[in-house]
Amino acid sequence: MRIAFFATCLADTLFPEAAKATVRLLERLGHEVVFPFEQTCCGQMHINTGYQKEALPLVKRYAQTFDPYEVIVVPSGSCAGSIRHQHAMVASSYGDAGLAARSASVAARTYELSELLIDVLKVEDVGAYYPHRVTYHPTCHSLRMIRVGDKPLRLLRQVRGLDLVELPAAEQCCGFGGTFALKNAETSTAMLADKMTNIVSTGADVCTAGDTSCLMHIGGGLSRLRTGVRTVHLAEILASTESS
Amino acid sequence: MTTFLGMPATAPRGVGHLRGDQPFPRAAHDALDNSQLRRNLRHATTTIRGKSGRVIAELPDWQRLRDAGSAIKADVMSRLPSLLVELESRVIEAGGVVHWAADANEANEIVTGLVRRTGSERVIKVKSMATQEIGLNEALEDAGITPVETDLAELIVQLGDDKPSHILVPAIHRNRSEIREIFLRAMPGVDPALTDDPPVLAAAARRYLRETFLSTSVAVSGANFAIAETGTLGVVESEGNGRMCLTLPDTLITVMGIEKVLPTWRDLEVFLQLLPRASTGERMNPYTTMWTGVTPGDGPQNFHLVLLDNGRSAVLADTVGRQALHCIRCSACLNVCPVYERTGGHAYGSVYPGPIGAVLSPQLTGIEDNASLPYASSLCGACFDACPVKIDIPSMLVHLRNKAPHSPAERAAMAAAAYTMSRPRLYASAQRAAKMARIVGRRGRGLPPPLSGWTAGRDLPEFPEQTFRDWWARR
Ligand code: SF4
Repeated sequence: MRIAFFATCLADTLFPEAAKATVRLLERLGHEVVFPFEQTCCGQMHINTGYQKEALPLVKRYAQTFDPYEVIVVPSGSCAGSIRHQHAMVASSYGDAGLAARSASVAARTYELSELLIDVLKVEDVGAYYPHRVTYHPTCHSLRMIRVGDKPLRLLRQVRGLDLVELPAAEQCCGFGGTFALKNAETSTAMLADKMTNIVSTGADVCTAGDTSCLMHIGGGLSRLRTGVRTVHLAEILASTESS
Repeated sequence: MTTFLGMPATAPRGVGHLRGDQPFPRAAHDALDNSQLRRNLRHATTTIRGKSGRVIAELPDWQRLRDAGSAIKADVMSRLPSLLVELESRVIEAGGVVHWAADANEANEIVTGLVRRTGSERVIKVKSMATQEIGLNEALEDAGITPVETDLAELIVQLGDDKPSHILVPAIHRNRSEIREIFLRAMPGVDPALTDDPPVLAAAARRYLRETFLSTSVAVSGANFAIAETGTLGVVESEGNGRMCLTLPDTLITVMGIEKVLPTWRDLEVFLQLLPRASTGERMNPYTTMWTGVTPGDGPQNFHLVLLDNGRSAVLADTVGRQALHCIRCSACLNVCPVYERTGGHAYGSVYPGPIGAVLSPQLTGIEDNASLPYASSLCGACFDACPVKIDIPSMLVHLRNKAPHSPAERAAMAAAAYTMSRPRLYASAQRAAKMARIVGRRGRGLPPPLSGWTAGRDLPEFPEQTFRDWWARR
């Protein structure tokens, strides 16, 4: 299948390994990955901070860039959530009915990585090998905005060598929330502290999730505390093989 | 002559409790520092969450009940004026008197005047959010009338000269040893040998309240529901103290937010299932008291209903924001909110704390007066999933943020970011420039505000050697 890849601004700029892993994984499964260069950012930060008007060109850019493709993948639950639940809303609240319709159409073809694998490509065992003790943080937007359910866990359970351990209070927010972590830094830090305690209690050496933003937040905290636990994007685990 | 009365007014300043003294992050700072408070809150919210989750799981049609609750509320909002007029005429037919209060000042004046005319110097109160919202207790005290809260938790707050911090459990931030101290200090006629055993504390409150019930002729209540077709008002509660107030006195004055009306008696079926399970985790609340006007020889012989706007018409005028008026004050959203769990209710500055407070208070006051509240959420969405009437709080938060005033510096930064990000070439060169300038420094420490808030507790990632875009171009 020909799959257009939306890398997200965060993965493109700060976490290219997660984006590269997505490409490697899909190519290993026999698909053609296309990366349209005109892509930039989904505008989630602007929309969620109260700058919908400023986000409008980003919404337009996303729709224009990806409209030509049948299937689009994004390795981020929160960006998928913004595209699916906010793009058409922003377009229509600024009176652009044409863009709203186009955004809704592109959004319906945009999948988060675990959705693409399980719902579209119908694969649960991606042939990965990852010999680590891993715990999975579901991330709020994957869990409640796009409702990926247990899809990431189903994928992880098929990974050879992987010891999957359950995260206590997994469904609790890690405290990132985009600009929330800046505007309410202390509350965010208190939420992160509890998330880290729970992660460390599992004895895992890796915490994974489907969103680079939450992983940046959690990883930044774990690193500051020198816990020794690493954060790794789900795509990187799924892309790993015995030879890599 | 014109019937246009101008834009609907917001709740007035200087009266009531919808505005805090400081923005949320500042107010949260103190709460986050108080580890006892955080422990109390965590314990209480975790307990209620668990209980509520278990009894909700018993109902196979919970999701359909939520849909029904949501649909009834949407219908109410679409024809609120005519339902209120219907309610008014039914209440009058049943022997009640109806008053319309545009805002807190008017409502306080009406109630104070009514109490004065009875000659009573004391009123007993049923726990009510509406009277807290308008600061009725303070208004009564200014008029020389003593209000006595009869809900146990509300009484603890009143005696402690404190503010409520939760919609349902106003003293949630207190533990039993703190409650014992408050009782010893402030409860008239309390036994000095009081222990902090919960039954002992409850018995002390009961003794004091019984005396007050029997010697006070005026009660003030709120209402959980009002039925337009019959003119019936209803209060649900757990202790029975509300029922004492609603049945013993001679005069009953009910202050009700105009959004509480329901079209028909049958609609109650839905809400009496949703409310107790979502709020207290009970299958059915122990006391449901309903009254229609006055019944000669039985219960209060004078009944007044005060219909309170205080900004609600302004909320109704916003087609996205009006969902906040669907709220049945169950507090489920507070109990699942990770922000509330850590900061407590006082940080929100309003009597409506937590997620619903973050969307309701700024709309009632006008967003300028509560501009930090829509940001007091990580948008995790737990509140939406918990709400028994399916209020989409996260979407409303985003909607209100879009209306909130922004600082010029933030606006400039966001505009610049959007400008860059909507131009791929410029964006790609900005990515490279950022890496070259190494603005994040060594492991991201020492960033300027507001980024310094982030790096106070976390390390920023290193900038990678190559962006994904560059890697893709070269492969
Ligand atoms: S918003 Fe929903 S969950 Fe929150 S108090 Fe109101 S009805 Fe309950």
